[in-house]
This record gives sequence, C-alpha cells and structure tokens, in this order.
Amino acid sequence: MASQSVLELRQVSKAFATHRAVADVSLEIPPGAFFSLLGPSGCGKTTILRMIAGFETPTSGEIWLNGECINALPPYQRNVNTVFQGYALFPHLTVQGNVEFGLKHKKRSGDINRVNDVLKQVRLEGKSSRRPSELSGGERQRVALARAIVLQPDVLLLDEPLSALDPQLRKQVRGELRDLQRRLGVTFLFVTHDQEEALSMSDQIAVMNAGSLEQVGTPREIYAQPRSRFVADFLGAMNWIDGIGVRPEAVSITSQGRNASVTNVSYLGSFCRIEMKLETGEVIAALAPPGTSYTTGQAVCFTWNREDEIHL
Amino acid sequence: MKLRNAFLAPTAILMAVTMLAPLAIILVYSFLTRGAYGGVEPPSTIENYTRLWDPVYATIIIRSLWIAAVATALCLILGFPLALFIARSGARKNMYLGLVILPFWTSFLIRTYAWMFILRDTGIVNSILQSLGVIREPLPLLYNSGAVILGLVYGFLPFMVLPLYATLERLDPSLLEAAADLGARPWDTLMRVILPLCAPGIRAGAILTFVPCLGTYLTSDLLGGSKTVLIGNLVQNQFTASRDWPFGAALSLALMAIAIGLLFSVRRRGEELL
Amino acid sequence: MKTRRGLALYALGAYAFLHVPLLILAVFSFNSSRFAVWQGFSLQWYRAVADDSNLIESSVNSLIIATAATVTATVLGTLAAYGLWKRGSSWLSGSLYLSLVTPEIVTGVSILALFQWIFRFLHLRLGMHTVILAHVGFSLAYVVVVVLARLRNFDRSLEEAALDLGATEFETFWRVTLPYLGPAIAAAAMLAFTVSIDDYVITSLVAGVDSQTLPMVIYAMARRGVNPALNAVSTLIVFSLGVLVLLSERLRRA
Repeated sequence: MASQSVLELRQVSKAFATHRAVADVSLEIPPGAFFSLLGPSGCGKTTILRMIAGFETPTSGEIWLNGECINALPPYQRNVNTVFQGYALFPHLTVQGNVEFGLKHKKRSGDINRVNDVLKQVRLEGKSSRRPSELSGGERQRVALARAIVLQPDVLLLDEPLSALDPQLRKQVRGELRDLQRRLGVTFLFVTHDQEEALSMSDQIAVMNAGSLEQVGTPREIYAQPRSRFVADFLGAMNWIDGIGVRPEAVSITSQGRNASVTNVSYLGSFCRIEMKLETGEVIAALAPPGTSYTTGQAVCFTWNREDEIHL
Repeated sequence: MKLRNAFLAPTAILMAVTMLAPLAIILVYSFLTRGAYGGVEPPSTIENYTRLWDPVYATIIIRSLWIAAVATALCLILGFPLALFIARSGARKNMYLGLVILPFWTSFLIRTYAWMFILRDTGIVNSILQSLGVIREPLPLLYNSGAVILGLVYGFLPFMVLPLYATLERLDPSLLEAAADLGARPWDTLMRVILPLCAPGIRAGAILTFVPCLGTYLTSDLLGGSKTVLIGNLVQNQFTASRDWPFGAALSLALMAIAIGLLFSVRRRGEELL
Repeated sequence: MKTRRGLALYALGAYAFLHVPLLILAVFSFNSSRFAVWQGFSLQWYRAVADDSNLIESSVNSLIIATAATVTATVLGTLAAYGLWKRGSSWLSGSLYLSLVTPEIVTGVSILALFQWIFRFLHLRLGMHTVILAHVGFSLAYVVVVVLARLRNFDRSLEEAALDLGATEFETFWRVTLPYLGPAIAAAAMLAFTVSIDDYVITSLVAGVDSQTLPMVIYAMARRGVNPALNAVSTLIVFSLGVLVLLSERLRRA
C-alpha cells in the first residue's frame, strides 16, 4: 500500500511558539492524482505545503516522497516544486529567464526544447521575452506554473493559485488547470479554502480544520457522506432537522409533507433560494426553479428523499 | 545559516578591530596616567575624570553644548519651512530635494573653508563693506562662536531637512483638510496638526544634527580660532600637542556618554535605524 | 495663496544660502588678483594647482585610499546587510549603530590608540594601510544602512521560489537577491566614496608622515591664510564630485 503513493505524510505535526498549526496528520497521495487540501484559513493546509516543500521542518512525523524520507533534505534537493500564492516571479528576468531558472543546463538543446514545450503547454509561446511587470495576472500565474512544471517534479504544490484572479477568470482557469494536470500526468497537491474549486477540480479531497484532518475522500463522498458536522457544513449549505442533515437542493416544496411558512425568497439568477420557518421555529432553506414565487408568510409543505439524508 | 555567518564574519571582525577594541583601549587609558614622552603609564587613577569638573574644562564642555544646541535649533527653524516647501512642490519634489542634498555631497572641509573666505578680514564681506565706505576697518567676523554656529548650520542643514521632509511627505493630506473643515486657520493647522505629527522627524533630525555638532572639530578649528575651543578640539589637542592621552581618553568617553545618553532619551519603540 | 508665495520666497533664500558660498569660491578662483576684489579673469590659480606636486600626489593618495576603502566596505557591508536581514545580531547591529553615532574625533583617537598599542608588538608604522583600514571601519555602517533599507522591501517569497527551483542558498543570493540590490549597492558605494575622500579628522590622526591626503593638504592651506589656489582646488573638487553625483543618479534611473 505504502509503495503505491508518491507522497506520504506519517503523523506529521508542526508546533509554533504560539500555537499548534498541524496536529498529527497522515496522508497518502496516489501518483497522477489531483489532490486538494481544503479548509478555512488557519487550518494548517499551507503549513503542510511548506513542510513538503522544505520551508518548515515538522516538529514530529515524517514525509516520504517516492519511498524516501525527505525530512532532512533542503528545498533545493527535493523533487517537488511550488507555485506560490503571489507567484514569486523574478522581476529582473524575462518569462524565458524565469522558466529556465531551475534547469541546470540551459544551453543544451534538450533543455531548450523542454522550455519551449512547456511554454506552449501554458499558452505563453511568443511572450518569452516579456518581463513579469508586463504580464496580466493570469499570464503571470501561467509563468509560475511553467517554471515549476519544466523541472518535472514528482509532486507539484499549488498554494491557492487562483485566489488572486478575478472571479470570471477563476472559473476558466480551473478548467485549464484540470486539463493541464490530466495531460501532464503530474501529481498536483492543491491548497484552497474554496470548496467549489476543490469539488470541481479534484480526484480526492482532504478536509482540514484547526490543524487536524477531518476527512479524506472523493468529491462525491465528501459532499454526500460527510463524516463530521464540520465537513458537512463546510462543503456546502446544510439544513439540520431533528439532528438529520439534508442539503437544500434535496428539499422539495410539495403539496404534502411537513409544514412551514416562507420567511424569505432570494432570486439568484439560475435558481431561487426559499427560506422557511418550521413549526419548531428553526429556519431551513430549499432550492427551487427560478420562476417560482412565494410570498413571505405563505404556508407551504416540504419533504425530502430518505437516501439524501446525512446521519452523523 | 552557515552562509549567513560567513557573510557576517568579515564585518564582525572589522567592527571588533576598528570600533570595539579601540573603545576598550580608550576606556582603559582613561584610568591611567600620562607617560613622560606621551603614551600611558601604570598608576591607575580617576583623576582624569575629576579634572573634567575643573572650571577651565567645564567651560569648554558647556560652551560646546551651548553652540551645538543653538546650531541645532537654528537648523530646525530654518530647515522646517524648506522641508515643507519641498514636500508641497508636487512633481518637482526630487529636483528640489536634490538641490539640498547636492552641496552635502561635496566636501565638508571645502564648505567650511568657503566661510573662511567670505568672513575673514580680507574676505568678501569686509571687502564689499570697505569699498562701499560703510566701515573703515575690517569687522572681526571670523574666529568667534558666531562664525562657528554659522558654519555648523551651513554644514548640517541638509541633515535636518531630510528627516523632516521624509515625515512631512508621509503626512496624510486629508488630515489637513479635516482640520480646515473643522475651522482651523493655516497657522493653527501648523501648530496643532502638522508639528505634532512631525515629532518623530523632528526628533530624528535634531539628534542627527546635535550629536555631530557637539563633537565637531573642523568647524571650530577653522572658523573658531583659539578663542573657541570645543570638546573636539580639546580631545585632538590631548592626543597631539599636549600628549596627555589619559585625559583625552576621559574627555572622549565623556563626549560619547553625552551623545549616547541623548540618543537613548529620545528613542521610542519602533524607530530603529539598524 | 499667500503662504505658498511666502514659502517659495523663503525657499529661494534658503537655496541661496546653501549654494552661494560655493559659487563665490568658484567665481574668485578665476580672479586675477589674490584679494577678494574682482580684478579680471585669469586661470593662473588653476595653473598653480597643476604645478603643485604636493597637491597632485595627495590627490592620488586620496583616490587610492577612497577606491580601496569603497570597494572593501561595499562588498563586506552588502554581505553583512544580507546576513543581518536573514537573522539579526544585536551586538553587530549595536556596533554598527555605535560607529554611526560616535563623533569622528573619538573614532579617530581611539583607532590611533589601538594602532600605537599594536605597533609595540608588530613592527609597523602609520601609513596608507592604516588609513584604508580606518576608512573601511567607518564606512561599513553607511553601506549596511543603505543596503538593509532596500532589503526591507524585498519579497522573501522570491528567495523561497529560487530555493524551491533548485538553487542553493548562495546561488539564490547571487542570482535573485543581488540583482535586486543593485541600485542600493551603487548608492552605498557612492556614499562610502564621498565620505572617504572628504575625511580629514580621522585620516589626519592615523596617516603618518608619508601619506598625505588631499583634505590634509587643503586643511594646511586653509590654515596658512589667503591662498587663491585653494579656491581653484575647491572649485575643481566640488565640480567633479557634483558631476559624479549627477552621473550616478542618471545611471540609477536608467
């Protein structure tokens, strides 16, 4: 089992002077996977990334890369590369200069070809003599990617690479990033706090909270079968009715069912969100087609399917 | 970390050799007795320090403090409006700032000599006044405390203007607008908003000016003559003509003590140089 | 606005105060008489300067000392600033700060005392080498302050990126941080050079008999009384230093 994963964390902890950032985390990341570390800010996901890259040392535990323990190796001897959150492009070098920075033999035709290939992969051919200051945010991100990919790392670490982009661009780049990963076959370890990103891009997600691992699984598993209240609430909106969890999209407003009165209707373009107050006083939400209209105070009935229930 | 230590080592050694060891030696010397042919001799004593209270030397120390204080105050009063002007000059800021800094980059010695040329008996001022018939005999403009103060102000005005400008430049213009909005006239705004906010810059400039003025040697030597002996001249004298190294050492340390004491007394948390 | 006009007028006066004395020196360096009354244009004082072997020799000495001290102080100071930026050292920062605030006369006499003490054991004398050592000593702090100020604005993640991409710590410094520091290093070198070439107090104490520097000669001329050749020397120095400063500013902007 252990030899199947390209990256393995064995009971890794990191304690700083003021707090414990990572508490006893164990992970196995299969080769070629798009693996996400998902969690709110301060949950320790970036610290884990930095420990894998070599910028922090674990207080305890081991990190294994391709069957070798890399705890003692400095960053420049580990075959992992990072796409930094701010991209960290070298301002005094061109795009070409940035991308070939890590290559040892830049003059060799083999390496020159690699650089050109990678630039084509990220659609930056023709911009190789530009400086970072002359590029847009999206282009800079692609340079950061190219720079790391060209070195053919065992694992590519991405630290919230989409958070600096405009929301419109973000959706487009998500797809491109996913396609790139599939084409290259490189293992991606992707850190984000955005659950929509993680769900749409990943093969597997590890959810973290306050330094500990909450759950690891595929996007469907995590969303539909959360194993803790935190994971359930973090991955999407959640209704809790008598201790049972039901997602708003699983609640349907019908002619027969439990009683409730409408408190608020929000029109969100492609659907409506209906908030209802139960007889017990709790408020839950349901999703409905965009054309629906209810008035505040209107009495309705709702129900849901048993297989959509989430029991903890 | 090995790299960082290797990078620090040469400078550390040089600091130890050119700064720390010499000061240590001076400290030791200040407690010894002068040698017959210069240098120092065994019997350790605190006499060098008690001598500092001797009226002759006390006068020199007080005169130095006075001259440095007056020069600093003048630099502040003269420098503040200039710094204000530069900070408000918009696009030409860098040019105006450069014009202040440019003389500073040339030789301090030559700038001091320039005042000798202007003020002495055969100098420009006297020549003009004499040829205009205003005076018959040349005025003794040189070789007095006034000339020294003038030379110091001339030399250190840029030292004062730079930190003042830096603080004024960072001043949020909306604060001034708020003051005007609340009824403050320009003078009130200056006194109640601008000056208090500039306090760090004023402190920095004052210290940056006062300490070198206190320890000045060249200005008092060239412009002050034998009547205006300051601490710096006295120290130099002990190590050359008078050959009283222990006393010179004690004087030097007294000077350093005053300088460092002043620096500590105006330091605030967060304002570090290094 | 009245205050605006008043301020501008004042500034004019202040700039006149700062620049006119040097202009006067320059004007009278071309005076044909040795007195402060204009009597006609002449280059005789400049010819006197060119003929003065003492002046020429001391200028050469000053240039040698300033160049040697500047190169050494800039290199060592830059490395030290980088080291301090990585992790501070309060005693080193403290000594550098002390070096900046210690009055020149105290620095001078204390270094002299150190040298004389050492010379009891090693058979050496005061000379160019002692001057250069002293100059490096007091220039280091200036270089460190200038370079450290620029380092404080440096994005640390650039260094992490370089390490991540396979560069060792030294390679990172050499290929990423040093290029960024270029302008600051140039400014620091300029500062060290001007401070060294103009120094009188410390140099006069540790120079010994064979190594006269330009400031020492100028000082002697100034004390001796009226000598219009001094005006010529002064004008030449001020002019060349001014040109140097302007050139380096141009280079910096480019």
